[in-house]
Amino acid sequence: MTKQLVNVLIDGQPVSVPAGTLIVEAAKKIGIDIPVFCYHPKMEPVGMCRMCLVEVGRPVIDRVTGQPVIEDGKPRIQFGSKLETACTTPVSEGMQVVGMSEKARTGQKEIVEFLLTSHPLDCPVCDKGGECPLQNLTMQHGSSESRFNFEDKQHQQKHVPLGDLIWLDRERCIQCARCIRFQDEIAGDPVLGFFKRGRATDIVTYSEPGFDSIFSGNTTDICPVGALTTEDFRFGARPWEMNSAASLCTHCPVGCNTTLNVRREARSNGRMVVKRVMPRQNEQVNEIWLCDKGRFAHHFSASPERLVKPLVRIGDQLKESSWDDALNLAGRSLNEVHQDFIVLAGGLLANEDLFNLKALADGLGGKAAFYTHMGGGSLTANMGMSKDANFGEMGAETCILVAASDLYHEAPLWYLRIKQAAARGATLIVAGGRETRLEKYAAHVIRYAYGDESQTIGALQDSKAGQAAAQAVASSQNLVVLYGSDGLGLEGSSTLAETCAGLLEKTGHAGKEGSALIGVWSHANDQGAWEMGFQPIQDLAAAFENKLVYVVACDPAGDDPALAAALKTAKFVITQELFQTETTRLANVVLPAQAFTEREGSLTSGERRVQRFYPAIPALGETRPDFAITASLAQKAGLELEGVSSLKILNMTASKYRSFEGLSYASLAEVSPQWPQVGRGDVYYGGTTYANTQGLGKRLALVKEAVSRTEMKPAERKRPNDSELLAVPITHLYDRGATVLPSTILHAHIGEASVWLHPDTASRIKVGAGNMAQLTYNGTATLVKVLVDEKVPASIALLPRSMGILINSPAAITLKVA
Amino acid sequence: MTHILLRHREIPDINKLDIYRKNGGFEAFKQVVTTMKPEAVTGVIKASGLRGRGGAGFPTGMKWSFMDNKNWPHYVVANADESEPGTFKDREIMERNPFQFLEGVAISAFAVGANTAYVYLRGEFWQVAAILDDCIEAMEKVSLLGKKLFGTDYELKLYTHLGAGAYICGEETALLESMEGKRGQPRLRPPFPPSYGLYGKPTVVNNVETFTNIPMIISNGSDWYKALGTADSAGVKLFSLSGRVKKPGNYELPFGTTFRHLIYECGGGIINDRPVKAIMAAGASSSIIKVDDKVLDTPMDYASVRTLGADLGSASVMVIDDTISIDWVISKTVEFFKHESCGKCTPCREGNYWMMHVIERMKAGEAVEANTELLLSVAKQMQNKCLCALGEFATMAVVSGIERFPEDFTASSIGGGHD
Repeated sequence: MTKQLVNVLIDGQPVSVPAGTLIVEAAKKIGIDIPVFCYHPKMEPVGMCRMCLVEVGRPVIDRVTGQPVIEDGKPRIQFGSKLETACTTPVSEGMQVVGMSEKARTGQKEIVEFLLTSHPLDCPVCDKGGECPLQNLTMQHGSSESRFNFEDKQHQQKHVPLGDLIWLDRERCIQCARCIRFQDEIAGDPVLGFFKRGRATDIVTYSEPGFDSIFSGNTTDICPVGALTTEDFRFGARPWEMNSAASLCTHCPVGCNTTLNVRREARSNGRMVVKRVMPRQNEQVNEIWLCDKGRFAHHFSASPERLVKPLVRIGDQLKESSWDDALNLAGRSLNEVHQDFIVLAGGLLANEDLFNLKALADGLGGKAAFYTHMGGGSLTANMGMSKDANFGEMGAETCILVAASDLYHEAPLWYLRIKQAAARGATLIVAGGRETRLEKYAAHVIRYAYGDESQTIGALQDSKAGQAAAQAVASSQNLVVLYGSDGLGLEGSSTLAETCAGLLEKTGHAGKEGSALIGVWSHANDQGAWEMGFQPIQDLAAAFENKLVYVVACDPAGDDPALAAALKTAKFVITQELFQTETTRLANVVLPAQAFTEREGSLTSGERRVQRFYPAIPALGETRPDFAITASLAQKAGLELEGVSSLKILNMTASKYRSFEGLSYASLAEVSPQWPQVGRGDVYYGGTTYANTQGLGKRLALVKEAVSRTEMKPAERKRPNDSELLAVPITHLYDRGATVLPSTILHAHIGEASVWLHPDTASRIKVGAGNMAQLTYNGTATLVKVLVDEKVPASIALLPRSMGILINSPAAITLKVA
Repeated sequence: MTHILLRHREIPDINKLDIYRKNGGFEAFKQVVTTMKPEAVTGVIKASGLRGRGGAGFPTGMKWSFMDNKNWPHYVVANADESEPGTFKDREIMERNPFQFLEGVAISAFAVGANTAYVYLRGEFWQVAAILDDCIEAMEKVSLLGKKLFGTDYELKLYTHLGAGAYICGEETALLESMEGKRGQPRLRPPFPPSYGLYGKPTVVNNVETFTNIPMIISNGSDWYKALGTADSAGVKLFSLSGRVKKPGNYELPFGTTFRHLIYECGGGIINDRPVKAIMAAGASSSIIKVDDKVLDTPMDYASVRTLGADLGSASVMVIDDTISIDWVISKTVEFFKHESCGKCTPCREGNYWMMHVIERMKAGEAVEANTELLLSVAKQMQNKCLCALGEFATMAVVSGIERFPEDFTASSIGGGHD
């Protein structure tokens, strides 16, 4: 329903906007920046700070005729005696707004003077300096001297830890409530609030632990002063000392757009390092937000543990080597085995790296395998997100079904956007084995016993909640199904994917624009691997025996003792990694790869959007990009692959794989105007998020032809019994993953290896909450901490992945007090 | 004269339900529910000229007619927050003639189609709330509240609700926020409560005294009420007289009575028979009127008082004699508003704090002339910028005090007053 257009004049310039548009937004459309503090384009206006005061004139309406009074051929305009706030006033036909008059500018100047009476003179030591809305607006609108007696300035706490990641300076706060409103309206974690009143108003946190929200870092972007700063960056650098590089977050399949701020500094021994990760605007992906993991878990790229030189095994030790020697040794072995090799690729690799690995496998006649605990992805090439489909635009016409996934932990920005879609009218159905945060926003919640995932989705009509959900699914114009791996291993998730695809087909949504099957993958580019035909192998251990194994960006030995044992039966192991892992410790050749911060490339998000990332810092040591290493290795075996230009590799990808058709680095770098406009001189409007000048990315096309799927032996449906618990693997946002662990500020959030039990289950097996217990599985024992939560189903043990508890599929375990 | 509102002064036991009913109580409510259409009731109140008694003086019938009939349910909320310094009329009504007040609430609920009504009392009135709870229980026992009232389909429930000690919760939208369990801070207006009120539903918010007039208007007719008072301000008003008078207290008088009558006839004149220097007619939220004979002979109604450069407001008349220095008066009002500012908007939050500090320096004798100029400037700077009336009214005594009584703001005269 298109809204009627309204014509107004702002500072003499005409603009036509839909009825109901706020004056401040109408002004933006013609490049007029009305100063604001409390107003933010993504939140409801509150009119608190009074900075946006403007003169507003409206046509005088004749009370009898109801028509505007005409004078000299023009409507007579009556200006109000009071200034009005542009952020709360919607435009009306014939309105005239004046922000540049003496009256308006005096009003704005007076508000700045009021704010500065309580604000400390901290600029020389305040992190916000240089990107501070208060500084900028004071320069533009304030006076150079204060009439406030300095001794009357109030003193408040200046180092208040709101949580362990965000610090509050109470003196700097101007009580704009942006942080509180962000947490309430957008994040859905209302953990901040005002306390006391008047001049004594303080920001406090109501959660224990403090500021308990994975979106907390965003408040430091939108805070208009230096009141909120991050533990990661505070006192780190001045904004003008840093350079920027457009990049992507690589921690989950959402693919949030980021800007990396880097600086060469003495503190880091003269190296150029990433000082902080900032959001980059992409309204189709992450808008202007990041989750705390993406914001704070960047230290891995600069970690002193990084592999910087090739290593070769001499005797039982790995010794540093030259690239030539290492490649020669690896190449010789590759030639010797002919086709008896397997390439094992992880989902953290860029599209270009994956292309070369597949090309090497195909070109030399070996096997290519995808290292993943979650299956079913080839189906998404037929029925994934396509064309312009976008969470940010979904509403009443779409039904969104989330199955077996805790989106808050697995893909935070999808959680945020789907929750907002539900608020706009989309029908949200959440099906899960345990209660998760997204259920609060769902129209229908389906609870199943772990093991019944596929059965439940396949027969949605079976339960009362399922009946209502089935109705919604069948009757919606569009159906978007997200499936995850909560409580599922490779087989279970593959079966669930098939079931979800079947649901889309049965209801006539498969392959249609606006409908989709989306996998909530564990890695940033799992989607890219699926699109290029990588498939997982169910019996990986058998696949290693007597083969040359080329392991890239994954750690099978560290994840599974059976795979560690299997690797020992391989003929030769070449690894390509960022860090030493259990796998590299078993390898014959270890080749040091570059992190994404040191090179360019592209990634494919779970929504099938290909986006570019650009180099931010120089390469560490002798590291090389993954695709280049693969090309060098291939060359030793007589196969020519592109090893220099990642741009060329993407072109080849576009030629070879149907879904990538038409993509190029140039097309990925295209940008178009986004709304709200951020990142210009008016940092007070949207916050310190960066504008996107380096590329919005492009959607993959849908493939009409059927794609090859791996035949999976269906998973055995496991059930807990009286003597054993059923352990189900789940995903938590923070874990001991190699790209997260180096960020020490997150260690309190990562915690130690733990299992979650229902309090009744814990008392039944006589283990107290908080105690250490011995977890026995398949003959091996691990020490874990036992935690209780009433949301855990009976006789189930929740096992977060990547914490050192090596269970990848639902399994029967025993737990005994240690 | 026979009281219309403070009827307990003639009928001491009128706070007992049977006595109230023996004196015609709840006849109006019965008449309205059994014989009148809701719109007709609103029509009677409109015709009577009744204006809100909380201070704004908005025509009551007109407010009721603004209720959005496309949005349901409707609510009625009685504003018993009574926190304006110098105002103590609603307390007397609720303690001594509570049933007439509650009957007014009930009639208004019927008129706007509400089945639930609330009385929001300031937190300090917990004893008054207990009295009202007893009254409500008594009314329920004899089916004056509940389902199928007087054999019709109309049902009504009344509840009391206590605030927690904030003056700002007397502002109607902050009151509604407080009732909803949130911080008591004013909302953006528009929309106004008759379109978007309690829980986002159309709500009538009126003052206790306003409601207390309603049963009498229904019983005696709008013409009878209109004949009382003046053309601009119909009916009677409770004037809370305080300050340097011999007999402070609540006086029920028709609009149009002069200040002279109130102060000398009712109030017995000034202590020690000193001359009147100034009047604050609307409690702490007043412009200070410089008193001369013309002022004393001005009739007390909304329009006439405005000619004196002030507002009648809630008619909390505070009388200042020549033993009081105006700078002392405004130091008290500024301290009050600084304490009560909710902090939501910049000018009120920062401005009141600033004014308080300037006044403290002035009281200590520091740069009195320069600080007086600064104080006036800061007060004027707050005007026409605040989110609600608290910030605006906080400036009135300061601006009028300095402009009309400059002699009280010199280095030699500063600090003369009573503590």
